[in-house]
Formats: sequence, structure tokens, C-alpha cells
Amino acid sequence: MTEPKKLKVATCSLAGCFGCHMSLLDIDEKLFELVKVVEFDRSPITDIKHCGPCDIGIVEGGVCNAENVHVLKEFRKNCRILVAMGACAINGGIPAMRNNVDLWDCFQEVYHYGIGLENGQIPNDPELPLPFDKVHPINEVVRIDYFLPGCPPPADAIWKFLTDLAAGREPKLDYEMLHYD
Amino acid sequence: MLDGKTIPFEEGETIMEAAAAAGVYIPHLCHHPEFKPHGSCKLCTVSIGGRLGAACTNQAAEGVKVESETAALNADRLALTQMLFVEGNHVCPSCEKSGNCQLQAVAYHLGMLTPHFTHFYPARDVDASHPDVLLERNRCILCELCVRASRDVDGKNIFGIGGRGIKARLIVNSASGRLADTNLSVRDRAAEVCPTGAIILKRHGFTVPIGRRLYDHHDIAEVPVAGLKEPMRD
Repeated sequence: MTEPKKLKVATCSLAGCFGCHMSLLDIDEKLFELVKVVEFDRSPITDIKHCGPCDIGIVEGGVCNAENVHVLKEFRKNCRILVAMGACAINGGIPAMRNNVDLWDCFQEVYHYGIGLENGQIPNDPELPLPFDKVHPINEVVRIDYFLPGCPPPADAIWKFLTDLAAGREPKLDYEMLHYD
Repeated sequence: MLDGKTIPFEEGETIMEAAAAAGVYIPHLCHHPEFKPHGSCKLCTVSIGGRLGAACTNQAAEGVKVESETAALNADRLALTQMLFVEGNHVCPSCEKSGNCQLQAVAYHLGMLTPHFTHFYPARDVDASHPDVLLERNRCILCELCVRASRDVDGKNIFGIGGRGIKARLIVNSASGRLADTNLSVRDRAAEVCPTGAIILKRHGFTVPIGRRLYDHHDIAEVPVAGLKEPMRD
């Protein structure tokens, strides 16, 4: 008997802290069960740089610069189902707290006036992605199929969500698994 | 009759009061049993004999069929809650009120997974001038509970709402507009009635650990008002 075809999953972290990815890893020994039914394409876990056609794309973090938009559009183009994972992807989260601070003031604070800084310089390499004046949730840039809230979503919520999706069920979170912090 | 169940009521009682006394939850944010109805958040909108009205401002009457838990009304409630989220800057992970916040708890109750609408990210001022109370306007939902508490209970008239539309904001009744220049005290009802984290006592943040907060394990329908677990009557 042939093995059932594995689901292809891609993940990325945009303007996030990788906390959601850490929570994904927090499913611990269930990772062994997960890799039986899932194969990772582009992801910090595989270090593959660009994704091919995938069944599920999971995006952590909001959009804070031009590169985030390119990555997000690549995911939308290639992923049948696109999931916004965590507070930042869903409403901008902590990075969006800079939305009412002038971008230049932000840079000054970080690179010039930060405690312990001497002769600070604001990075200005053409290779660096262009920062946006505001951070946006990813559903303001591309269409999103599912939202998985939490900061981060608990490992159990990620597990429940992915196994529901893999089994072709509509993902449903219990009360205790749904929180925004 | 509320959702097919006969609810007893006393003359002059609102639908919200009668329902709460019978242990039936109707989602709400601007309503508080101790204060005069405000009818502004519209979350408690119910169908009263086929017409829509706020449960907190309409009186209960005999023989009237009231519907609350319908898919259509809950969809409207979800949309209203989502609009409240995008109209302010509600960053739950950084908020001291998280886990004890009624806005958040109502959103959980309604199963909100995303605020859905385009975020306004309005620029709102924080007033940290008072030694004991922080005014964080980013989290204000303009329910006017603090306005009512300060005016009707504390007798100080410290808060008000100024401006219109997206510019509407909580204002402070002092010449400087600063909270420090009022006679607000930590013992005032207005200092602790806020359903969100807009008015919070300083040095009390995160004292209750995650997992033991009011709404960590209990839906707001089971704990409708902070600290008021029993139905009001009987």
C-alpha cells in the first residue's frame, strides 16, 4: 500500500518575533506525528528560500517593509490555504505600536539615542528592505483563509488547527485555546 | 419570552435586567447593572417583537417575544466588536487588563478570530500624569461608564467625551486637561469601572498570573460583570 500523499506546508516570519514558530516547535513529540503527514517547503525550519506550490502557508508577523510584501505575495501565489498565525499577522501586534511614531524618530531613537550607543549610524544600505511608515496586518495586503490568534497561539491550538486542516475539517478552537495574548 | 424561555420581570425592569436576574447573558459592553443605561455600544441589540432595540434601554413587557441568540444578531455583534477593535489600538499582548478585559472577553464569546476590518491606528494620547491612575486612550471604547461613575456616584464629574466620529475621545475636566489636576482618587468608582484597560490603577498590572485571570477559563457569559458572579435576583 502506498503512503498517503503528504501535505506541503510553508511557513515564514515577517514582522514578528519568531515566537509563533517557537510555539509550533512546542508541540514537542507531536512533531514526529506531524512530519508523517506534512512535508515542509519554504520555512525557517528547512531554510529553503522560496516556496513552490503548497497546500498550506502559515505566516507569522505583520507587514513592516517592502520585502515582507514580496514574501507574502509569494506565499499567496503558491499556497492553496493561507493562514495568519499570531497577533502580529492578525492586527499588526506589538510592531504596530510604532504606527503613531514618526519613522525617522523611531530610527533616531534606536540608532542614535539608545542607551549605551556611541557614534550611532542609521543603516542605509541599498540591499536593506524599504521600511513602511506603518505596520499592517497581512489581510490588508493579501486574502487570508484562516486566522489563528494568540501571542503566541498555544502549541495545542496550533496542533488542533493543523490536524483539523489536514483532516479536511473546518478548524475550530475551544474557548481555552482562543486568546489574544 | 426570551429565546423561547419565559423570563420573570418586575414592572419597569429592562430586558437586560430581567435577563440578568434570570441568569441569561445578553452580550454588552456599555451596560453595567449599577449605572443608568447608556444604549451606545449596541451589542445587546435584540429583536423585540420583530423590531430591533437595545436590551439595556427597552423595558420588559408581558407577552412580548424577544430574540437574542440568533445567528444574525450574533453576526452583527461580532461585526460591532471587530469595529471597536480597529477603531482603537487594542494590543492585548502588551495590555495589563488582558485576561480581565470585557472587550476581549466579549470577542472570545463571539468567537472573533480577526478584527477583519482595515485598522485605523488612530493617534491617541496617553495621560500618565496622575500618581495612581493611568489614562490610556488607545484602549478606550467610549462606553462612558467612567463618565457615569464620576458624575453619578463619585459626584466629581471628572470625565467626558469630546470630539466626534474617529476624533471622539475621553476628556478630563480640569483646566490643563490632565488627570493629575483633578481630584480623582484610587477609591473612586470611576477609577475601577472601566471594562477595558483605558483607565487602570498603576502598580497593579500583571499581579494575577496568566491562567488565573477572570476570563482565562470562563466565558464572559458565566461571569457577566467583574466580581459579580451570582445572578442579581434570588
